[in-house]
Amino acid sequence: MLALVDIQSGNLHSVENALRAAAGTDIVVTADPELISRADRIVLPGVGAFGACAANLRAIDGLEGALRQRVLSEGAPFLGICVGMQLLADHGDELGYHRGLGWFGGSVRRLDPSGTDAKVPHMGWNDVRPHGDHPLIPAGEAYFLHSFAYEGEAVIAETEHAGPVTAAIGRDNIVGVQFHPEKSQRYGLDLLARFLKWRP
Amino acid sequence: MTVRARVIPCLDVAEGRVVKGVNFVDLIDAGDPVEQARAYDAAGADELCFLDITASHEGRETILDVVRRTAAVCFMPLTVGGGVRTADDARALLLAGADKVAVNSAAVSRPEVVADIAERFGSQCCVASVDARRTENGWEVFTHGGRRATGIDAVQHALRLADLGAGEILLTSMDRDGTRNGYDLDLIRAVADRTTVPVVASGGVGRLDDLVRGVTEGHASAVLAASIFHFGEATIADAHAALAHAGVPVRSH
Repeated sequence: MLALVDIQSGNLHSVENALRAAAGTDIVVTADPELISRADRIVLPGVGAFGACAANLRAIDGLEGALRQRVLSEGAPFLGICVGMQLLADHGDELGYHRGLGWFGGSVRRLDPSGTDAKVPHMGWNDVRPHGDHPLIPAGEAYFLHSFAYEGEAVIAETEHAGPVTAAIGRDNIVGVQFHPEKSQRYGLDLLARFLKWRP
Repeated sequence: MTVRARVIPCLDVAEGRVVKGVNFVDLIDAGDPVEQARAYDAAGADELCFLDITASHEGRETILDVVRRTAAVCFMPLTVGGGVRTADDARALLLAGADKVAVNSAAVSRPEVVADIAERFGSQCCVASVDARRTENGWEVFTHGGRRATGIDAVQHALRLADLGAGEILLTSMDRDGTRNGYDLDLIRAVADRTTVPVVASGGVGRLDDLVRGVTEGHASAVLAASIFHFGEATIADAHAALAHAGVPVRSH
């Protein structure tokens, strides 16, 4: 069973649709810590502000602990998308200082295009440039839509927007992507299909 | 490379049906927006835009159903505009599967609605849609499909909505809309050069070169068009090729 974590993210159903199109069958949309503690794999979507998403997650009793136990201790494959990836950092600076899950040593800061003609939000299709050979993240083009970006350890892919910008982070059984696989047509559906079979 | 210039086909939808005719040959039902969305998805469109021109209040549920059905089969970003008055209207569209919501008339009478949407759901999903007509010394905002003058300076209005939190500006020249004479490049550039958020050029595309000039001369981040795509005069691949030929970064096919 794949648990698609419901922290009231606007793109929840788009991610669910894309997982189903990528041949996912046993998908449960849930915020129930008990279900999450039994999930074979976990997807955490998120759009909107870092602080609001973190607050929604923490508003559900036991959710953070269940995620930590199932993913960090027991090694269930985990995919974070957009703010769902950013939340893995220690903290984020969007609309004030907010504590993240702290699974990765890093922070989330506003994109700074000053001195260039780059626009913020970073909106549209851009390169995914992997640093090495990661089974989930090949080189390609994906859809980005964000004003804040992760900086820190375990970056496994970058893109370019007035300088290098984190496109994906990863370690062991955990991957987070800044772009939206659910909106990245073939590239994104293929990524989700690989995640559904991933045995890290 | 860098972020790609986006090519965005726009569909006018009324009571759940596409209004302008389309002559894609392979569509079973050319009036069904979901069928057309699928065709554009397959053709490699960078995004899709639905403009709901349903007049009635009851039409809200209809567009939500269209968005829901589209999001189930199309895995590309979808912007929906038309009739969005409040943050709750925006929320309903986002939950149905829209990625961005465009606010137009409501942001003229109450610009704060843009801040409401941006604060609740993020700037990235909040599009400020501005319809403008040329005046003697600039451009004026028009509402209600370009029929109602407001006396508001269009460039100032667009910039203010960006300041209030809009993550993108969809800028339509009502003088050019439907003329096929090309975008109002002065208008597009006047806004694009003065804001840090992306500007989508809209209104007046008659040929591929108009799309190119929207980016190279209008400094738009994305180019929106309707009829040249709907009537099969050009494909999305043709549009990308024309932009690439002019040195504009586009997605590979």
